[in-house]
Order: sequence, then structure tokens, then C-alpha cells
Amino acid sequence: MLRIAHELVEAVVAHARADHPDEACGLIVGPEGTGEPRRHVPMTNAARSTTFYEFDAEEWKRVYDEMWDRDEEVVVAYHSHTATEARPSRSDIGIASEMGLPQAHYVLVTTRDPDIAEVRSFRIADGEAAEEPIEAVGGADAVQTYKFAHSPDSTVYDCH
Amino acid sequence: MSVEVRVPTILRSHTGGQKVVSGSGDTLAELFENLDAAHTGLKARIVTDEGHLHRFVNVYVNDEDVRFIGGLEAKLSDGDSVTILPAVAGGM
Repeated sequence: MLRIAHELVEAVVAHARADHPDEACGLIVGPEGTGEPRRHVPMTNAARSTTFYEFDAEEWKRVYDEMWDRDEEVVVAYHSHTATEARPSRSDIGIASEMGLPQAHYVLVTTRDPDIAEVRSFRIADGEAAEEPIEAVGGADAVQTYKFAHSPDSTVYDCH
Repeated sequence: MSVEVRVPTILRSHTGGQKVVSGSGDTLAELFENLDAAHTGLKARIVTDEGHLHRFVNVYVNDEDVRFIGGLEAKLSDGDSVTILPAVAGGM
């Protein structure tokens, strides 16, 4: 289960929209050991591609040094798909399993619908992606720009 | 001579959970050889059988991406800091 503030989801969706039709990517980091997503760090997609993403190596080093100094860790690693669904592709799973961020929730956003983005969260390990529910906390904007599209058996209903 | 190495979470299974280890070597290749003695299996996660860096691992000497300073032949000096990071990438 990923518990995350609505405003952070809004920020991720806004980033994905801004970079569309290229894939967008980034992180939400939090205090080490808490697993709480707190600080949004949009990253540059060095691949500048509609079908591939890769962190810019120089920028990633700067961000990692800053996290190191602040005792933070990656809680969420997100990227967008701009023409397909919000599920990790075979290469997303392969790369994340081989050399990824094992503690991270891998969040996928699809911007293929111009009005409503879909957001899903996964744990990725050993060549498998397991979807998990997302619980958004805090006040949602009156008009929501995204929906959670997790599988029906794991739906979490938000009450406001 | 001694070099500090920052180890990413995914490779800490090779270092007994340690975030930072130290090693020695005049080049990055020698450093990974040296580290593998104490941290078995670490080198194979970073260096391919053919002797190249794996595609989706980033290695830095101080702030320099080693792909621009000679790759595994990059020179090391006493007190350097080496950082290993997953590249964080994907695609269809």
C-alpha cells in the first residue's frame, strides 16, 4: 500500500502532462527509514523519448548527494507512459529488478487520455511487478486531474 | 591509499547492509577487484564478464560520471569518493 498526499500525486501528474508526449520521470523522497513520501523531485528524462526514460546521470548524482546529506531515501520512483496503460513494461521490470530501487514504490502515470490521467503503484522485484493500492491523504482539489486505476480487488475508498 | 565507496540499496546485500565501504586501487577496475574480496559478488553486479560497466549502473568518481573519464580505467587518488547508483530507466 502506498500512502501519499493528494498534492504530491497532483504534482506528479502535472509533471507528466508538461512533458507529454515524452515520458516524464522523477522521485518522491522521504526521511530514511520512514517510507513516507514527502518531497517531490522532478527529474530530466535524458532519453527525451516518447517510449523510454532514463535519469540524467549528472542531475541524479546531485539529487542523490542532497538526499544523502539530508538522510533521505527514495520512497516513490515514477514515470509516465504517454500512449499505453499505467503498468510497468517488460523492460521497466527487467531493469528495476536487475539494478533498481528495491525499497521504492514504482508509480506509473498514463497521459494517453488528455483529460484524466491514470495512476497505479507497483512493487518490483525478481522480475515481477505486484500492483498495490494507493491511499491518497489530504484534501483533493475540487476537480481531480487523475484517477487511481488499481485492480478492483484492491480498491481503497477515500472519504472526504 | 583508501577510497570511500557509497553503495546503493540494491547492492547492500553484498556489503552486509553497509551504505559505505572502503577499498583501494589505482583505477576503478582495481578498486572493484579489491572490493570483491571482502564483498563477494559486488563486482559482477557492476562489471560485465567482458569487462565493461553494466548498461544500467552509474559510477561516479567524486562528481564525475566515469563514462567520461575513462570508464573502468579511470584513475583514483587517495581520499576520492566513489558513488554507485542504479541508472533508473525503463521503456516500452
